[in-house]
Amino acid sequence: MTYAPEWDVIIVGGGPAGNKAAQEFAKKKMSVLVIDRKAQIGPPKRCGEGLSTRWIKLGGQEPHPRWALQEITSTMLIAPNGKKIKIDTSKTGQTGYIIERSQWEKMEAGRAIRLGAKYMLKALVTGVIKDGGRVTGVKVSREGNEEEYRCKLLIACDGVDSMVGRYAGLHTAMPLTECDSGYQYEMANVPIDDPKCMELYFGKDVAPRGYVWVFPKGKDVANVGIGIAGTDGETAKSYLDRWLEKHGDRFSKASVTEINAGVIPITKPVDEFVGDGIMLVGDSARMVNPIHGGGMGAALEAAAIAAKVGARAVKAGDTSKKALKPYHDKWNKVRGEEFARILRVRHFVEKLDDEQFNLFVDLVEQKKLDPRLFVELGHGRGLVDIAKILVKASPAAAKFAMSFIK
Amino acid sequence: MPAEVNRSKCMICGGCVSVCPVQALELRENVLYVDTKKCIDCGNCEKVCPAGAIKVVKK
Repeated sequence: MTYAPEWDVIIVGGGPAGNKAAQEFAKKKMSVLVIDRKAQIGPPKRCGEGLSTRWIKLGGQEPHPRWALQEITSTMLIAPNGKKIKIDTSKTGQTGYIIERSQWEKMEAGRAIRLGAKYMLKALVTGVIKDGGRVTGVKVSREGNEEEYRCKLLIACDGVDSMVGRYAGLHTAMPLTECDSGYQYEMANVPIDDPKCMELYFGKDVAPRGYVWVFPKGKDVANVGIGIAGTDGETAKSYLDRWLEKHGDRFSKASVTEINAGVIPITKPVDEFVGDGIMLVGDSARMVNPIHGGGMGAALEAAAIAAKVGARAVKAGDTSKKALKPYHDKWNKVRGEEFARILRVRHFVEKLDDEQFNLFVDLVEQKKLDPRLFVELGHGRGLVDIAKILVKASPAAAKFAMSFIK
Repeated sequence: MPAEVNRSKCMICGGCVSVCPVQALELRENVLYVDTKKCIDCGNCEKVCPAGAIKVVKK
């Protein structure tokens, strides 16, 4: 297959961010080339596949039966002592789906292609081309050939292990302390009490600085996975295997249909996600919700903003960093600032030991703490409210509570 | 000694690439490559790998 040497927009990475960006640029009549290093759009996934309904509906989409496999309307938190809190999030309109990413991503790519975007697969971007400091294209290794493609604007949607951002000098390696290590088994024949409920297990020995999740993909299929601190001495796999052994009764008749692994940015986004002729979107910019590690929603939202600003810049003939900066500013306003708040909550929650976690659950049981406050924590709010409840609860809790309001 | 990949454990997830400070690791479609001349034995890759598939043998 041959491709034109010049494009309005080249997008590196055909994942959630890349497909969405491709659609939005193509809608604005830009010529768009999406380059992916894999021989297929989609697998392997580095993801628990949970996506909020609000992100699915972004841009007027509806959940589709081919990929929106299981609606989720409640969350169960399981404390280190085994006690459970079930939170019905549908009442506040917060629902989501566990999706089949492989199907979703191919359908999204198809939409981009019908809007006019072209896709180049099994092609590795090995460098960027610059002209007087501005990015003007990419070097690509494809079928054993070294090729060059030029563009007015380069969008780097190349994921957690993004190299394009580094080639363009926009960021460096992720600090080990600012990422989580994840492993997951997709399993069939798993007994699930309520398929509309996702389960999150916490504890120092369960998942240091993270959690184990059971995300139902149907009545008896689930993604069973774990995220742990990137700095932990043991592997995510070993923690997950141990947890599965401990819950052996439940999983005795289940078995594995897929294994996944990945590293999740749990940090603030990269400082600069625009440069002369280039924009970063999604995991490549480390746009991940720091409390639950979800990145698909942030990627979709950022891609739409990037395309709006980027298309305007291409049409005006100016894709300098200055012309692209409104993307950076807008994203920070609608999402970045919230993620920064959530990161502060995260740093606090990380310091909780099992005893303190168990205390929260006891207070919920005694009806002294509304479990919906945990949902608020997920948005970076509610620390002070929780602190006030703790202060009233007991002297021991009060001391711990004061550390919330620092 | 530079980082070594155990290919029977490697999940091709790219996590190691994301934390390598010197770009000594590269993930192409199905294989992780180690540039042994660039590797500085920092051990970030070994610590973060979810599957324990990459190890640095410190001098």
